[in-house]
Amino acid sequence: MSTQPDRTTQPSLIEIGAVEIQEAVQMKLDNGIPVYTINSGFQDLIKVEFLFLNRSFDPANALLHSAANRMLSEGTAKHTAQQLADGVDYYGAFYETEENADYCTVNLYTLNKHLESTLPFLREMITEAVYPESELGIYKQNNKQRLMVENEKVGSVARRKFNEILFGNEHPYGYYSKPEDFDKLNRTVLQNYQKRQYVSNHCVIIVSGLINANTLELLNKNFGDKNWSGGTEAKISTSSMKYTGDKKQYIEKEDALQSAIRIGRRLFNRNHPDYPGMAVLNTVLGGYFGSRLMSNIREDKGYTYGIGSALVSMKQEGYFFISTEVGADVTLPALTEIYKEIDLLKKEPVQEEELSMVRNYMRGSFVKGLESAFHLADRFRSLHLHGLDYDYYQRYLEKVRTIQAEEIMELANKYLDSSVFHELVVGRK
Amino acid sequence: MIDFKSHTLSNGLKVIVHEDHSTPLVNVNILYKVGARDEDPSKTGFAHLFEHLMFGGSVNIPDYDGPLQVAGGDNNAFTNNDITNYYETLPATNIETAFWLESDRMMSLAFTDKSLEVQRSVVIEEFKQRYLNQPYGDVWLLLRPLAYKVHPYQWATIGKEVAHIENATMDDVKEFFFRFYCPDNAIMTVAGNVNSENVFELAEKWFGEIKRKIAPRVPYKAEPVQTEARSLTVERDIPFDSIYMAYHCCSRLDPEFYAVDLLTDILSRGRSSRLYNSLLKEKKLFTEINAYQTSDFDKSLLIIEGKLVKGVSMEQAEAAIREEIKKVTDALVSDDELQKVKNKVESTIEFSEMDLSSRSLNLAFAEYMGDVNLVNTEIKLYQKVSREEIREQAAKIFKEQNCSTLYYLAKKK
Repeated sequence: MSTQPDRTTQPSLIEIGAVEIQEAVQMKLDNGIPVYTINSGFQDLIKVEFLFLNRSFDPANALLHSAANRMLSEGTAKHTAQQLADGVDYYGAFYETEENADYCTVNLYTLNKHLESTLPFLREMITEAVYPESELGIYKQNNKQRLMVENEKVGSVARRKFNEILFGNEHPYGYYSKPEDFDKLNRTVLQNYQKRQYVSNHCVIIVSGLINANTLELLNKNFGDKNWSGGTEAKISTSSMKYTGDKKQYIEKEDALQSAIRIGRRLFNRNHPDYPGMAVLNTVLGGYFGSRLMSNIREDKGYTYGIGSALVSMKQEGYFFISTEVGADVTLPALTEIYKEIDLLKKEPVQEEELSMVRNYMRGSFVKGLESAFHLADRFRSLHLHGLDYDYYQRYLEKVRTIQAEEIMELANKYLDSSVFHELVVGRK
Repeated sequence: MIDFKSHTLSNGLKVIVHEDHSTPLVNVNILYKVGARDEDPSKTGFAHLFEHLMFGGSVNIPDYDGPLQVAGGDNNAFTNNDITNYYETLPATNIETAFWLESDRMMSLAFTDKSLEVQRSVVIEEFKQRYLNQPYGDVWLLLRPLAYKVHPYQWATIGKEVAHIENATMDDVKEFFFRFYCPDNAIMTVAGNVNSENVFELAEKWFGEIKRKIAPRVPYKAEPVQTEARSLTVERDIPFDSIYMAYHCCSRLDPEFYAVDLLTDILSRGRSSRLYNSLLKEKKLFTEINAYQTSDFDKSLLIIEGKLVKGVSMEQAEAAIREEIKKVTDALVSDDELQKVKNKVESTIEFSEMDLSSRSLNLAFAEYMGDVNLVNTEIKLYQKVSREEIREQAAKIFKEQNCSTLYYLAKKK
């Protein structure tokens, strides 16, 4: 029998030491496409991500880039949408796309043994999509309906409307899409956009998983030729796009049982020297389960199922926001408590016990974010988008380790001034 | 392939260890064999409310989350009809904190009134956020009692109604805890950068003294065979009509589960599937269409659900679904189609094993299913399924009298 354990004291802890991050290794295809590889893991599988930065934004046709990307699989000159889907599915592979205001990606997840059979379908979709009229009709119809359903959700309206309040409708980060926007999509515009955008000189490939001797060879065979090069387009610059949205906006939904609340401001992105410090501040306020917002508004008051805050870092800039859905009858007290927590950060230094918990939590959570080859690929992509190198993560970890309460208070006073906040409530109050 | 070692403590706690020395982390997963099906019909939603209370402090430790966060860890939990599952991931060097926390709350909770009061409110807000304040949010609250008349699957994990949660008392909490939360009703998996012998020692140290106490289970009331078609029509303030067809089918533990799983994959998995191509693309009747089984431990449901394109009539939509159903009951699926869904299962299993936490949960779940090695052998059970078995299952399940249909309509304005 073992001895009785001491149940009243926490077992001793060992702090996380130096964190080693496996870095992506750069290679190049014959036509110059950079390929970043993360070779890691035990499962004999691979993810191939084709990344294309968005190079234009037209508020009059704001859904163009996402439609162009999502419809790559809807037909080529050689294959119908169903044939393409069959081609990938037969081998148990997964095809996925992602679209946001900065970039679009096309992703293939497959067992290595089927990479050779599935890559040609990807090539065909990326470079030979024809956007058949009938498929476009279905796309418009179904997505319009989906958006109309989203518009019934307080959380979804708040999320999209808040971006509009911060950035405005002329800005790719702020555009508030409406169901009728889908009607503006037309085949010719899509085809022209596809020809300009999906060219080898705009393409970056990120490969993660178990990388074999022939992986690069297969990529070269399918994507390394010069037949899909194109002109180079200027990148989007939004640096001059200033906008001031409503300080306070209230969208009433009569029958709402809960109100969605968003409070926040435009802010710098990861490239700014204060970003790592703000990440710590954000964690204290609303970035983890033990955060002040959660402890107060969920765990003490029971106003909500969840509340949090986040720093969002995009290519051009970023924003900071607090978000929650609270019982409609407690909307106003919840708002009061949120502002109270923000003020407290400006007035009182964080106690060492709390700060040390946040430090450990953040380091643990960072290490967890390196768990698999796919996680490592995401870490790399984030650096790549911001033009940063791996030193950034060491600087970040160092700031987490060493930041003092005074600095957090200074950051709170510098960046969380209530005069720069926007507040949106969707629901009832 | 997931390697593991297992050991049972004298109090009945099953401990399974999966060593992975490529990660600095460890995942500790504790599955309690209790879920919404174990609730009293007049006190539903309790297993899930209870899950929240498990974070409200235990007999020796006032705060659960704080010490775990100090140790660089993070955690979560979920409840479904059959199980309540808790897990934490933390640096492997700090593994003992997880044992300290989990063993203390297995021993006894703090049972504070404040925790009960607050978590009641939190769960009521969760009820609103996920089921009442969302378009189509109450579908399962309606569909379950339509399909199940006797078996406890007739209520959703969140509970039948908000009042059941409002009325939960401290006596209920204690009764539930002392009935279901004990070592002989739990499975613990530890996955990550650990040594199995050390883990077994730690398990003995922290959990060994907790008393065995599970009472013999009362069998759940079996759902009688449905003999006539049922339907329910509701109107809601939503933009588009939708349809939900629920057929009784086998349980997760039955040998025919694999054939039924592949059947639903053929119907609706991915953009090459039958329902997607026929009903969404060709006939343009639905904006979304899906088929899946609920995979519960007792007899489950096979669901076909779709959102209708504006202007399409419910009759037309339903007839088109039935036509597709008829195809799988009348004719064999093609060899290629079957191979395709088997290939998909094979890669899905491989991909799911990338994450430590899913390996850990899969082990616990397989153990509860009766054989921990199912994590490695289930793929073979899928591969053995024949075209004939798929048709046989389709014919058995897709009978009109076996179906409960929910017509969920947009309110006429």
